[in-house]
Amino acid sequence: MTTITELAARDDRVASRPFLARLLSRPEVGSLVAAVVIFLLFMAVAEPFRNVANIGTILYGASTIGIMAVPVALLMIGGEFDLSAGVAVTTAGLSGSLLAWNFGLNVWVGVLFSLVLAVAIGAFNGWLLLRTGLPSFLVTLGTFFILQGVNLGVTRLATGNVASAGINDMSGFSSAQAVFGSEVSIGPVNLKITVLYWILLTVVGAYVLLRTRIGNWIFAVGGDAAAARAVGVPVRATKVGLFMAAGFCAWLSGMHLLFQFNTVQSGEGVGKEFIFIIAAVIGGCLLTGGYGSVVGASIGALIFGMTQLGINYAGWNPDWFRTFLGVMLLLATIVNLYVKRRADLR
Amino acid sequence: MTHRFRMSLLAAGSAAVLALAACSSSGGKQTEDEPANAGAATTPRMTIAFITHSGPGDTFWDLVRKGAEDAAKKDNVDLQYQADPDGPGQANLVQSAVDKKVDGIAVTLAKPDAMKANVTKAVQAGVPVVALNGGIDAWQSMGVLNYFGQDERIAGRAAGQKLTTEGAKKALCVIHEQGNVGLDARCDGAKETFPNIEKIYVTGTDMPGVQAAITSKLQQDKAIDRVLTLGAPFAMASVQSVKDAASQAKISTFDTNKELVGAIKSGQVTWAVDQQPYLQGYLAVDSLWLYKTNGNTIGGGQATLTGPAFIDSGNVSAVEQYANNGKR
Repeated sequence: MTTITELAARDDRVASRPFLARLLSRPEVGSLVAAVVIFLLFMAVAEPFRNVANIGTILYGASTIGIMAVPVALLMIGGEFDLSAGVAVTTAGLSGSLLAWNFGLNVWVGVLFSLVLAVAIGAFNGWLLLRTGLPSFLVTLGTFFILQGVNLGVTRLATGNVASAGINDMSGFSSAQAVFGSEVSIGPVNLKITVLYWILLTVVGAYVLLRTRIGNWIFAVGGDAAAARAVGVPVRATKVGLFMAAGFCAWLSGMHLLFQFNTVQSGEGVGKEFIFIIAAVIGGCLLTGGYGSVVGASIGALIFGMTQLGINYAGWNPDWFRTFLGVMLLLATIVNLYVKRRADLR
Repeated sequence: MTHRFRMSLLAAGSAAVLALAACSSSGGKQTEDEPANAGAATTPRMTIAFITHSGPGDTFWDLVRKGAEDAAKKDNVDLQYQADPDGPGQANLVQSAVDKKVDGIAVTLAKPDAMKANVTKAVQAGVPVVALNGGIDAWQSMGVLNYFGQDERIAGRAAGQKLTTEGAKKALCVIHEQGNVGLDARCDGAKETFPNIEKIYVTGTDMPGVQAAITSKLQQDKAIDRVLTLGAPFAMASVQSVKDAASQAKISTFDTNKELVGAIKSGQVTWAVDQQPYLQGYLAVDSLWLYKTNGNTIGGGQATLTGPAFIDSGNVSAVEQYANNGKR
């Protein structure tokens, strides 16, 4: 509730304090307002939403999106899309599991192999993009289909099934589960470890973007790659690096998928790439690049998590679930746009 | 960096990798059993197209396909397995099988309206067609020879009946694919014999999402003491949900796989409705072979039901060994 009074107080003083106007024109502020509105809405209509113990569930739902929304937002600010981000998560989970299972290795070998593979896929995306000059939309759409087929094909070749075999009886599983799939209790709230990774990634991402030279490079290559190159920004390294960051986060999500559920279904992850992009857009990233915010993308993920679970908490008719979701997302984006316009006018 | 230093670094690095690569003392592929091979028929080689509506990566269809492949091996059949979850796409696969002049077609009719025209055309072209898994109300009108599957509504009723006799109060029916009539029929069937059921729709291709959604529903409605999932992987996800929500709800499910059989054995899942997917695939291919070599039809114009059967703590040990071979 403090946030509301704070916001109201800010609103009154905006005109006289130009630095607050500047604050309001930050890309993530619109999404913050939208998040508060949606938060209040569900606080009002859904009784379980008010229960502190349920925060863990909401944050978990948000974190599985947020871990990927952070690098996807950075990529979008850098002017590129990654449509393969959703299935790359599945690829990471499957590859680690299958390698360890097939050769009877310690699962940590699979974890490391999966890391190398996931980052390599990102690097491949970036390399192909720069090599061919094709739009990233097309390049990563290609990778999306390739990975989808590879996920299914390799899984069947290795196991004869379409899901990876259970590995919870293998050496190293429990220690890996402690790293990627554990949870901690803070008072009544059970926090999954993904929430901590999500917050950590957000902080690191925001710091890199706003406080380092690399962050300036990201804005520059997304705004105008040719101009950036002319003033000496390493455009290639920046873009490939961004794709590799997406690969790294896909690995992190994939490891959670594997160690939380023990098996990975090879058809998973399709369609999630758009949810990551939606989270980034709600958070103020422009589809054209050069503008956006990591914190905003994380707030976008939070909005998504709140909406998704809030509808359940409110006990609304599930037939309309997708419609509610769509309306909520549209409203969030419109509020975002409105706040930004008002702020820019001042 | 000196050459020697680099070499020693390399050596240390590879030693670390080797140490880490120490083989897992348990689990993995070596511990799996190799399935036994059955004898093969000496009838002339024939080609059968096996066309389903399965999406990529659904464990259920693994079992169907394995049944079909085993029957094909035994009957000297060249099996061409194809799948398209999209109705018109699947209908197109039927047409292309007719164009290829296959000796028989086994097809699922989960979307009967989309399939009807092309299946009827195949029958008129003289290709024997059998149906399996979906379309229990539609197969006869298309001139299809046999049907192997379960009536989803009957299976739902059986599940609801079991919930009632077990004294459950309120159940949550988890639908993992929006718009799949078979899944809705299961929930609706269960509602007929156990009225206090609420549906929830989740995205089956997003496991963390499924888990969080079930958790939130259990937190919202504390009265729910049963979770009824419609596929084995979702039952496994809800085990975690129940724990997260600190709920007392028990979990039951439709359909099985190897992990689920293990979960029934360990008591995490109470029971599963089994429609014997392996049998559906096997019978579909075998019945075509019987029809081609001996003119036989199965079922006397009625559907041949492969389910519902229940797997629970009482019979799970018997099922377990088959599940380990990936056939239950």
